[in-house]
Amino acid sequence: MSEDYVYKKIKSIIFSFMSPKNIKKMATAKIVTSELYDKEGYPVDGGLMDTRLGVIDPGFRCKICGGKLKECMGHFGYIELARPVIHINYVKKILDTLRCTCVTCGRILLDDEIAKKYREEIKEALAKETAELARLKVRKVIEMIKGIKKCPHCKEKQYSVKIEKPTTFTENDKRLSPIEVRARLERVPDEDIYLLGLVPEHARPEWMVLTILPIPPVTMRPSITLETGERSEDDLTHKLGDIVRINQRLFENINAGAPEIIIEDLWDLLQYHVTTYFDNDLAQVPPTRHRSGQPLKTLAERIKSKEGRFRHNLAGKRVNFSGRTVISPDPKIELEEVGVPLIVAMELTIPEKVNEWNIDWLKAFIKNGPHTYPGANYVITPDNKKKKITNETKEPILAELTPGYTVERHLLDGDISIFNRQPSLHRMSIMCHKVKVLPGKSFRLNPSVCTPYNADFDGDEMNIHIPQTEEARTEAEALMAVRSQFITPKSGYNIISAIQDSISGNYILTKESEYTKEEVAQLLISIGVEDLPTLKNRMNGKEIFSLLLPKDFSFIGTGKDGKSVVFRNGKLEEGIIDVNSIGVGTGDLLRNLHNYYGQEKAIEILNNIAKLGIAVLLKDGFSTGIADTDLPAETWQQVQDLLKKAEAKGFQLLDDFKNKEIEAFPGRTVQETVELRIMEALNKVRDQIGNLISDQIDETNHSIIMAKSGARGKILNVTMMSACVGQQALRGKRIEIGYRGRTLSLFKKGDLSPLARGFIARGYKQGLTPQEFFFGAMTGRDSLMDTALRTPKSGYLYRRLANALQDLKIEYDNTVRDANENIVQFKYGDDGIDVSRSHGGTINVKKIIKEVKGGIHG
Amino acid sequence: MDENKKLNFNPHDHVLVPKHTKISEEEKQKILQQYNVSLKQLPKILRLDPALQNIEVQKGDLIKIERKSPTTNKAVVYRVVV
Ligand SMILES: [Mg+2]
Ligand SMILES: [Zn+2]
Ligand SMILES: [Zn+2]
Repeated sequence: MSEDYVYKKIKSIIFSFMSPKNIKKMATAKIVTSELYDKEGYPVDGGLMDTRLGVIDPGFRCKICGGKLKECMGHFGYIELARPVIHINYVKKILDTLRCTCVTCGRILLDDEIAKKYREEIKEALAKETAELARLKVRKVIEMIKGIKKCPHCKEKQYSVKIEKPTTFTENDKRLSPIEVRARLERVPDEDIYLLGLVPEHARPEWMVLTILPIPPVTMRPSITLETGERSEDDLTHKLGDIVRINQRLFENINAGAPEIIIEDLWDLLQYHVTTYFDNDLAQVPPTRHRSGQPLKTLAERIKSKEGRFRHNLAGKRVNFSGRTVISPDPKIELEEVGVPLIVAMELTIPEKVNEWNIDWLKAFIKNGPHTYPGANYVITPDNKKKKITNETKEPILAELTPGYTVERHLLDGDISIFNRQPSLHRMSIMCHKVKVLPGKSFRLNPSVCTPYNADFDGDEMNIHIPQTEEARTEAEALMAVRSQFITPKSGYNIISAIQDSISGNYILTKESEYTKEEVAQLLISIGVEDLPTLKNRMNGKEIFSLLLPKDFSFIGTGKDGKSVVFRNGKLEEGIIDVNSIGVGTGDLLRNLHNYYGQEKAIEILNNIAKLGIAVLLKDGFSTGIADTDLPAETWQQVQDLLKKAEAKGFQLLDDFKNKEIEAFPGRTVQETVELRIMEALNKVRDQIGNLISDQIDETNHSIIMAKSGARGKILNVTMMSACVGQQALRGKRIEIGYRGRTLSLFKKGDLSPLARGFIARGYKQGLTPQEFFFGAMTGRDSLMDTALRTPKSGYLYRRLANALQDLKIEYDNTVRDANENIVQFKYGDDGIDVSRSHGGTINVKKIIKEVKGGIHG
Repeated sequence: MDENKKLNFNPHDHVLVPKHTKISEEEKQKILQQYNVSLKQLPKILRLDPALQNIEVQKGDLIKIERKSPTTNKAVVYRVVV
């Protein structure tokens, strides 16, 4: 099947040294001059830009394969080094080899028998492809030879070889020139090479000393033309130029019979250039620099580090037709839309194929050009040439435009885009939105989709991608549309819902609002509901809310206050709308709508509900402030009484403890029991205050509305602001650290009273005493550290889990299997329930029966 | 666990240890066919597993494990003895 299309298959890869023979074989040109271009600007034959090495200028053809720019990949060349030089990356191996072999006969410094034994073992390990084991054995051989001072074969005395600085070898304090090193390496017989971890067919040790240097093709070191028309060569070309120049000088001096000192100097210089050509970031070697003083980027720098080939180009790819900017909320755009700034819409384009029906429409874009919206940036001719639209090219392009061309036009409202926020932990982190082009510089999104993205607007940024083909757009719409992600597969509850102001608004509306006919019409029109039924002269909020629901919708839910929310035949008859009906996860009403009317309708209704909530708030006004934390004098008095009582209770417990009247809880000491009972008393008082506030404070208090509707915050938060912050706890206990026997130095030692152990008896508005503030800062710091340390940890844990489970799949027989079809679970979740079609993981059979029989669902 | 060591209590007496039963050869083939799998693709259980100590088992046998599950009353898992 697919075998037919396999051109060549890689069976194995062998890593080895390049032999001089090999280098010559693959080379197409011998480089003999450091000149690059002649007076006319053509590449010099035998220079580093020789056209036999490939071409980087349009119009030229490669002398070897005849290919033009981009057709010819380039070909290697070589230079003959006047004197051999050490390859910097093999210094260590050369040193090992020199130390392990005899000065005169070149044999390994081991008895034949031991050598044989190890040779067999290493060969065996290599045959079994256990490179690790072979490496271990080689290491052992090298260690073993370390102390041997006499050759077991020719009995010659051995001197220790040392390495000096980067590439100089010395033996017995005498310098070994690369020629001598190479000669020594050549003498090592093939059989002994195995013992050093090399396989002689692929890697003779003398190849580690270079006599010939391959010249990479010009295509991997292209020159760039500066704006001034000047040519700027690649760093590698510069470096190779140095090598070739010094090499030629060395040749000339040797041929002219120059004094040995001069030759030695040039030779060292050549060694330096070849070394930095491989790696320009070595210790003890001064890096070669540009005239500007910036170090050259040579071979090693191209590969390693974050900006290197691996991490930058191979592991980290960049993608076209995408954008990223800050997000901000816009409750007025549709749920499935994303607001795209105009400047982004003019940069991202959609390729539109010209045909006889759309040619006039597309010509209008070209006429507008790239700088007028809605315009176009490029056209692509039928033979695949990309042409930029500019004021100069506009007219000719318009004239030649025929069916078959493609126009890359600006984004328009309604175009398909893919919107994403990192970390993309679940599939709802990447969804398909319709583009809505807006002024400004940020992406706008409907607050209702904040939850699936886990986005807020404290500076979050998000990414957009524009699919470029019909297929990609269709796929994105079918699989990733916002409406298709209404229900999260992890619980079966809705993840897209009304949030915050939308909830407060609907709560206020359905609680007790009443509007005139005109006001209702205005509300509905402002949220885009246009087919209005006949409206009554005065309508209450429940009737207005009902206008958004399907006429046959019946459902009974429960509100946050525990009372029923009853819908009958599309009418909200009873109850108040709050988070339990339209919030995330709990959104009973939304889930039922989704269930009975489908995704599209559910999204549409949610959209209207969310907008209606905000419209109500805009109409009546809604804000929160310090006045929200004001308590009636009577309530305040009751709060103070409660606090006094709780404090007294604390003292009472301490007294009882002193008088040994406390009975220990099972498994606790008396002391622990007292602590627990004090804690309990103090926590209870805050809850009591909360209840007091919740009962006695004005129902129209906006903070309370937010808490009661579940839009944001809890009654507890109001309590903390207006009455009492409460007990501060570290590790589940009252605060007990600090000084010896006391929390702060102003308390007496052993003071266990509430105020000395972190109870904050005041509210934020009233103000905290310095001690109280300090206790608050303690727990605040503790929880800050806790979250700062936990977030990355749990993130990593989740990542590992997701990676381990990523290719599990539910097969048609309900088994869960991995990529190799191994069974992981015999029935998905043991019960085979599709969570996304369940009610929190279970299926409510009773409800289904009731529905089938034709009752109200809920 | 050491092969020679015998437990001096029966792990199956404990409430949390699920029921392990050896499956007949005939039944085994049926199950393999039902799931369309080879033995290698099934979950494994060690021959020396304490739960198998009072059942005669050998490599390749199929063990049926019935356990309680948070989502359903009885969940059945098959494991190959290795
Ligand atoms: Mg944020
Ligand atoms: Zn070529
Ligand atoms: Zn020797």
